[in-house]
Amino acid sequence: MKKIILLNIFYFSFCTVAVKSAEKGGMPQLDPEFWVSQIFWLTITFGTLFLVLSKFILPRISKNLEQRRLQILENIETAEKQREQSEKNLEEFDEIILKSKNKAKEVMLTAREKVVSEITKKKMKLDEDLNSEIQNVEKEIIELKLSSPKKINSIASNITNEVIKRLIGTDVNESSVSALVEEELKKLSRSTNGI
Amino acid sequence: MTANPMYQFNVYRIGPEIKIGEIDLSFTNASLFMVISSLAILIIFNLGAQKKKIIPDKIQLLSELSYTFVSKMISDTAGSKAKPYFSFIFSLFMFVLFCNMFGMIPYSFTVTSHIIVTFVLAAFIFIGVTIIGFIKHGFGYLKLFVPSGVPIVLLPLIVVIEIISYLSRPISLSVRLFANMMAGHTMMKVFGGFVVSLGIVGGWLPLSFSVALTGLEILVAFLQAYVFAILTCIYLNDALNLHH
Repeated sequence: MKKIILLNIFYFSFCTVAVKSAEKGGMPQLDPEFWVSQIFWLTITFGTLFLVLSKFILPRISKNLEQRRLQILENIETAEKQREQSEKNLEEFDEIILKSKNKAKEVMLTAREKVVSEITKKKMKLDEDLNSEIQNVEKEIIELKLSSPKKINSIASNITNEVIKRLIGTDVNESSVSALVEEELKKLSRSTNGI
Repeated sequence: MTANPMYQFNVYRIGPEIKIGEIDLSFTNASLFMVISSLAILIIFNLGAQKKKIIPDKIQLLSELSYTFVSKMISDTAGSKAKPYFSFIFSLFMFVLFCNMFGMIPYSFTVTSHIIVTFVLAAFIFIGVTIIGFIKHGFGYLKLFVPSGVPIVLLPLIVVIEIISYLSRPISLSVRLFANMMAGHTMMKVFGGFVVSLGIVGGWLPLSFSVALTGLEILVAFLQAYVFAILTCIYLNDALNLHH
């Protein structure tokens, strides 16, 4: 600013010198011939400008600016709302996922328990069945064991009888044969550790 | 006669002589440029105000930026109380700016290079501000001339200085604008004259100076309009918020 003012002072003095040296000196600005006309037209033009600007144009511009401001504020508000909503949704989503995970765990556990109990049940039943079968079979074996010597005895005495018959051609006393066979068998069983 | 650097400031009649009684109200070249400036402002800002886009185009942006520029200038210097005077200061700033800028077109006429025009504007502002001050504060407005914190011995002197500085406001305001515009335009005319008189050999230096001066003058045209408007705001601030 100071520089410009200094420059202006320089211009000013320069110009006054220039003007004074000119043949038709003097500044037209100081000639009062058209002063009133200038004041008159200035009042009219500036007055009209001021009236039209203040009544019609400036309110519209300010309304536009205000509308834009409101629109921007509204947009920001809706954006904020939507952000909150999406955050909420995200939370809900997380919760749902957590819940479903827990539920899945539970379901798995119960299913496992059920399966395990079923398996043990079946196993126990199978064991029982097996045991009873084994017992039956053992009984049968024992029975067989118990009955087998008599049968063997009778078979052996019969065979002996037959063999003797074929060899000698006469019947032998059955009771003596069976006593003999029994004796022999006893000897055999003794030599093979017997039952 | 065009070699005279002051010739460009001559006012002459355009069309018939209009006289009411003894008073001459003829339409002159000065009046023509006042009308042109006002019309240009009205057309540009009307175009800018008609559009209501959320994302503005160039002309809308121009008017809205000017609006916010002036509105910010007022609220920065004179506070929120000065809002009712926005339209006036906006018109004032635009009128002075457009008159200065139209004056930069060769062979045009610079309205603001006439002391009578700037003085009428400044006197109107001065009277208006004084009336506003007295309406807002009554006779308390006279406290403006009595700064607080001044020793009583110095008070008579300070009051006299304050009154003189207050009364010289319209003169300084008007002469500042007028002298700037006149000096700049005269300077350019003088250098233009040098270009012609020095001819093809020596005329290049003043020509280049003239080009640089044109840039400077466009800056000054804007700056002086801004200074005029902002000083109005400062005076208004004195009248609205009386604290010294």
